[in-house]
Order: sequence, then structure tokens, then C-alpha cells
Amino acid sequence: MTPATPTTIAQPLPLADGVQGIVADWSSDQRAFKNVPWGKAMMWIFLLSDTFIFSAFLISYMTVRMSTVEPWPNPSEVFALTLFGKQVPLLLIAIMTFILISSSGTMAMAVRFGYQKNKQMTFILLLITAALGATFVGMQAFEWITLIKDGVRPWGNPMGAAQFGSAFFMITGFHGTHVTIGVIFLIVVAIKVLRGDLDHQRPGFLTGRKGNYEMVETMGLYWHFVDLVWVFIFALFYLW
Amino acid sequence: MAYVAHDASVFAPPAEVGEMELYHPKTWLGKYVWSQDAKVIGIQYAITAIGIGLVALVMSWLIRLQLGFPDSFSFIDPSNYLQFVTLHGMIMVVYLLTALFLGGFGNYLIPLMVGSRDMVFPYVNMVSYWVYLFAVLLLVASFFVPGGPTGAGWTLYPPQAILQGTPGATWGIILMLVSLVFFIIGFTMGGLNYVVTVLQARTRGMTLMRMPLTIWGIFMATVLALLAFPALLVSAIMMLFDLLLGTSFFMPALVSMGQQSEHAGGSPLLFQHLFWFFGHPEVYIVALPAFGIVSDLLSVHARKNIFGYRMMVWAIVAIGGLSFVVWAHHMYVSGMNPYFGFFFATTTLIIAVPTALKVYNWVLTLWHGNIQLTVPMLFAIGFIFAFIHGGLTGLFLGNVTVSVPLSDTMFVVAHFHLVMAVAPIMVVFGAIYHWYPKITGRMLNEGMGKFHFWATFLGTYAIYLPMHYLGFLGVPRRYYAVGGTDFIPASAQSLNAGITIASLLVGAVQLVFLYNLVWSYFKGKPSGGNPWNATTLEWQTADTPPKHGNFGATLPVVYRWAYDYSVPGADQDFIPQNVPAREVART
Repeated sequence: MTPATPTTIAQPLPLADGVQGIVADWSSDQRAFKNVPWGKAMMWIFLLSDTFIFSAFLISYMTVRMSTVEPWPNPSEVFALTLFGKQVPLLLIAIMTFILISSSGTMAMAVRFGYQKNKQMTFILLLITAALGATFVGMQAFEWITLIKDGVRPWGNPMGAAQFGSAFFMITGFHGTHVTIGVIFLIVVAIKVLRGDLDHQRPGFLTGRKGNYEMVETMGLYWHFVDLVWVFIFALFYLW
Repeated sequence: MAYVAHDASVFAPPAEVGEMELYHPKTWLGKYVWSQDAKVIGIQYAITAIGIGLVALVMSWLIRLQLGFPDSFSFIDPSNYLQFVTLHGMIMVVYLLTALFLGGFGNYLIPLMVGSRDMVFPYVNMVSYWVYLFAVLLLVASFFVPGGPTGAGWTLYPPQAILQGTPGATWGIILMLVSLVFFIIGFTMGGLNYVVTVLQARTRGMTLMRMPLTIWGIFMATVLALLAFPALLVSAIMMLFDLLLGTSFFMPALVSMGQQSEHAGGSPLLFQHLFWFFGHPEVYIVALPAFGIVSDLLSVHARKNIFGYRMMVWAIVAIGGLSFVVWAHHMYVSGMNPYFGFFFATTTLIIAVPTALKVYNWVLTLWHGNIQLTVPMLFAIGFIFAFIHGGLTGLFLGNVTVSVPLSDTMFVVAHFHLVMAVAPIMVVFGAIYHWYPKITGRMLNEGMGKFHFWATFLGTYAIYLPMHYLGFLGVPRRYYAVGGTDFIPASAQSLNAGITIASLLVGAVQLVFLYNLVWSYFKGKPSGGNPWNATTLEWQTADTPPKHGNFGATLPVVYRWAYDYSVPGADQDFIPQNVPAREVART
């Protein structure tokens, strides 16, 4: 067998503009998406599938909100924090959202430094992203505890329709799990970056494929997706 | 002037990516058990799927025994009967056909037919199989828990699926739902691999429009599965919450067994929408690989190019897209806005257009072909028969006014068994007879094969044609016994008995097939590398069966489409895909 060369070659290819470029790509030889590594293509397709999962969750939530006969609790009141004796609606959620969106920024910077092969900065920014993500999960845990203390349970709550608690715990729980998994993988990738695994193309434990800095971008895709989903949850669950 | 083939090139473009790295195990266990080779994983998938499928086959016998000869078998009580009906359906659709077509044939054929050394992420691919096996084991475990497996019907409709009184409402339904969740996780790992391999890891010269239709079918079915299974995953999670946490997503307030339930305000219709948003694409997840494979079987064994290749590809894509907007035709009697019924009936009938296009193209492929009545060809023709019959009754059932009186009768059972049980399983058999020589290096015994075909083909017709008539009489499905119902004549019972005898015989004939698989592995005629004189890449490998890495020292280079059979002027009646124009022998 001929000696193995890297599985991904990222040299820019001349592309036609606009729709013609898309058609040329799709109908072309060997690869439908030029210069897209396997891992990145796989992540995109996985995220498409995951989009359907979250869509199904959110549509189901909207359906039960319509089907239930009890009044729906007012999210601005339920998710209000009492600060200096004043009720501030959605304060915690606003901070959580701000933190998560900021983590998308640090992630994007990590990707940029990754492609510059700046190990130090990539490592630091990945860790900051992970820390922001962990903060988000921590604040979500605080929110859960507050609500549970207020008597909100998956099967019922004192404010109104039981489905409020069911949908809340299910959707934020599923999203929080995504964030937690993301934090774990951010830390894993950060350690790989610091150890120089991506410079030496050391094979990864999960894929068996050689490591490279495109992995940071693939990780980033997942992270941005999790943030984007939160925007929809925020809009459809908390603001509505 | 020399004859110009449909789509052949003189040169192949240069390689865009380097050689794929392969993990070469050193131990026997690493090679054949914890294998990362897509071919071994495919065979593992196939054996597991066929194994659990045999369990479902036995359950179908028990269902038929009860229906054909009620009051004769004391060991089938009403609960058992419902459990058999449920598990038979669920296993056959999800754990057998989906796993066999995508996990089995997909793993074995995709890398070989697109000219790749393996799937893009072999480790993930291996984990996919083990998660699938775990899902199967969870399903099997549900037979041994208190109360047995769930008897809610394969659609698992709430509220009854999780109410006390339904068989298996304590443990069986939990194991069923958890097993489905694991099946979906396992499938997603494999499915991502199949899609990325087809899109990004083809060999030089293999454009998308030169891929064999087998790959197109499996590819599109995998895309459908990746987008449809999420709805099932979500509904399984929500039903588990209703069951274990006492939420009310699907559960309205109701009185069950004299007691007011603790649920209130949920929507049972929501589950039906989620389920069928998965359930209808699932039909095409099973059908599209069958469409693709049968196209190749017909072309190879009629020694003629497939008729209308590009239209066949577009039909697969169109069916895939349309399959997501027809789901509520399963819910005409569930209570929907009539305009919804109008919309879904229209889309359902539109999907018949690309489907009919495919049927015409299959028949036109046979037209003036040099038809070899080999066993795979017989099964392919059998598929066309079963699919046309099942498809036509589908048009009946797609119309709201016709569908409503026929809902939940034996007519529906006959329809979907012909179209998505008999038709795909014909292709499964045809495909196994076709590719067995590549997998083992030996031919399957032809005599046994022909007996297997005729007995299966005629036998399944003996089962399902009369069943349509039972449906017209109004015989309901899923009933343990109809007893002395006035509108059902006594002769319906004799028909039922006849169907039962036919189904027992068809089931028994499958033992001949299993025997053939084992016998031929040791004593079958050696096949050589390309016994069918086929053009696609898997028949051009250096070794048969292909070794890990598939193609020996160098990857094949593709110069033409997959259907150059009986090309005028060429010496041989087939030109493999990896033969450049200047090397075709002509006289």
C-alpha cells in the first residue's frame, strides 16, 4: 500500500461563483464539498439531525401549551429575581444568555488562533469558552433549584398548567446536557492543543483519525449550534 | 464513428485527497469481533438483524395460528396475542429492515461501490454496531421481565400504551422505549458515516451521477433516517417522562379502570404527529434501498443499462423529500381538520408520480433485455409484482373517503405487508443471492434458491391477496378474535384458516434459505471474482472476499457510469466502471 498521507488537504481550489459553484461542487468528482474535512462534514450533518430533535421538542412544547386547559404561568414573573426588594423579570436568564453568547465569541477567537497554530492562545480561549459554558450550566442549576424550591415539579406547579414544569425541565435539561457535553469536549480539545497533539497529528481517541487544527473549528460548530438553540429556547419559552 | 458510451471519460481527474489510513488489528478478536472494517460490521449487522427477524417471524406464526384457528391454542391468550402483534411489527420494521438495509448492506456495499477503503470514521462505525446490539438485547430482555413486552401495537399510541391494563405497561414499555432510544443513537453514528463516505470519500472519477443506484438508494434513505428518527427519539423521551415522572405531554385527563388518572391536559394527537413524522419516512427508509438495489439487480441480470438513470436518481431524491410531507395520511380517523386531510391526500397522491416513474423504468429496463432468470433476477421481478400491487392499494388508502371505511381492517394489513414487507424482503433475498459470492467466494445453491423464490413468491401472494378481501368484508386488524360478529360471514373464517396455512408454509420455506446459506458457505460452487459479469467496483476487487482495505495495492479509478452492459461494438457484454475507453476490447 502506498504510504499514508493526511486525510485532509486544505488547499484552496478555484471555484465558480454563486449557484454555478454549488452545482459544480455537488456534481464533481470525489468530494461534494471541496476542502471540507470529514469531521467537519460529519458535524454539519449531525447538527442538522440535532436541529430536528430540538425542533420536535419546541413544537411539542408549543402544542401542549395549546392543549392544556389550565392557564400558562407568566414566565416574566416565574423567572424574576428579587434584587434590593424589587422584582426584576428574567434577570438571571438575561445574564445566562449574555454569558453563553459571549462564549461563542471566545470560541470563534479560539478557532482563529488555532488556524494560526498559536497553541497558547487557542488553549486559553478554549478554556475560557469552557468556563463560560460551565458558568451557564451552574446558573441553570441555580435556576432549577430556585424553581424547585418554589414548588415547580415536572408533574405540576402552583402557578398553573403542569406542562409548564414538564416542558421547562425537559427542554432546558436537554439543552443543558448539550452544553455539559460541549464543556467536556472543550476541555479535551484544549488539552490536546496544549499537548501539541494537533501539531504532531496524534490520532484521536474517538475517531482514530489524525488530529489537526480543523478539529477546533469542528468543536466550534457544535458550540455555536448549542448557543443558537438557546436563542430559540429563550425566545419561545421565556419571552413568549 | 466509434460508439460513444452514455457517460465515459478518457481521463480521470487527479486525486484530491491522500490514501485513507486503516487500523490493522493483530488479533482474531480485533479482526472479527471488535472490527473496524465496514465489511465485517456489515455482516455483524446483517446476522443480528436476521437473528432478531427470525424471532419476529415466529411471532407472526403465533399471530396467524390464533387468527386462523381461534379457541384452539390455550398458550396464546389475548395479552400474548397483542404482544406478538406489537413486537412483530416493531422488530420487522426497525430492528430487521432498517438495520439490515442501512447497517448491513450499507456498511458492506458503500465503501466497495464508491471505491473507498473503508468508512470515513471506522471506530465510530464499530461503536454503532455495538450500540445497535445493545438495543436489540434490551428488546429481547423485555420478554423476560414481569408482565412481558409491551402490547400497545407497534405504533405505541398513548394513552393506552402506558395505562395499566395494556400488556407490558409496567416494564415492557420502558424497555421498548429505551431500546428505541439506543437504536437511534447507534444508527446516528453509523448513518453519519454512510452519508459522509458517500459525499466526501469517493474514488477518482466517481462523480455523484456515476454512482450505482444501490448507493443512491442507501444514501437517500440514510438522510431520511437522520432527519426522521429525531421525532421518534423525542416522542420516546416524552413518553418515558409521562410514564416515569408523571408529566402529561401525551396524557389527557381520563378515567382508567374506574380510577381518575393523575394526568391532565396532554395531547395524544401530538404523539401521533411525532410518531408518523418518523413513521412515514421510515417506510421510505426501507423502500429506497430496495429501489436502488433492485435497479442494479435488474440491470445486471438483464444485461442492459438501467432505463433513465438520471430520472431514477431524481425520483429517489423527490420521493425522499415528499416523504416528509405526507405523514398525516396515517391519521385520517384520528380527528383532524378536514383541510389537513385534503392536503395530505394530495401530497400522498403526488408521491405516486416519482414512484410510478421508477416502476416504468424497471419494466423498460427489462424490455428487450437479455434476461437471465437467475435467482436474484427472479426475486427482482417478484419485487416489481409485490410493489405494484401494494402501491396501487396505497393509492386507495391515500384518499380520505376510501381510507376511512378501510381503516383498521385487514385491507390495511394486506396493503402495507405487500408494499413494505414482501417487496423489500424480496429485494433482501435477491441482494443476498447476488452478493453472497462476493462475501464468501461461493455461489448459493441455485436449485434451493429457485425453490425458495417460487415458494416465497406464490406463498406470500396466497397470504396477502385474500387478506384484501377480508378487509373489504370489514374484518378488523389487531383483534384477538372476532367471535360471532354479524357482518362477518362464516366463510371469512375459512379464508383466515387458509391464510394461516400459507403463512406457516412460507415461514418454513425460509429454513431452506438458511440451510442454503450455511451449506453453500462450505460446499457451494466457487464463484470467482465476478460471477455475474457486473460492472460495479465491488466485483473488480483483487481478492474475493475483499480483504481489509477492499482494493489491494491501488484504488480503482472510475471512467464510466455503472451500467455499460451490452455496449454495441465492445467484445464483452459488460464494461467495468474502472476500464478506460482506450482499453475496451473491440473487434
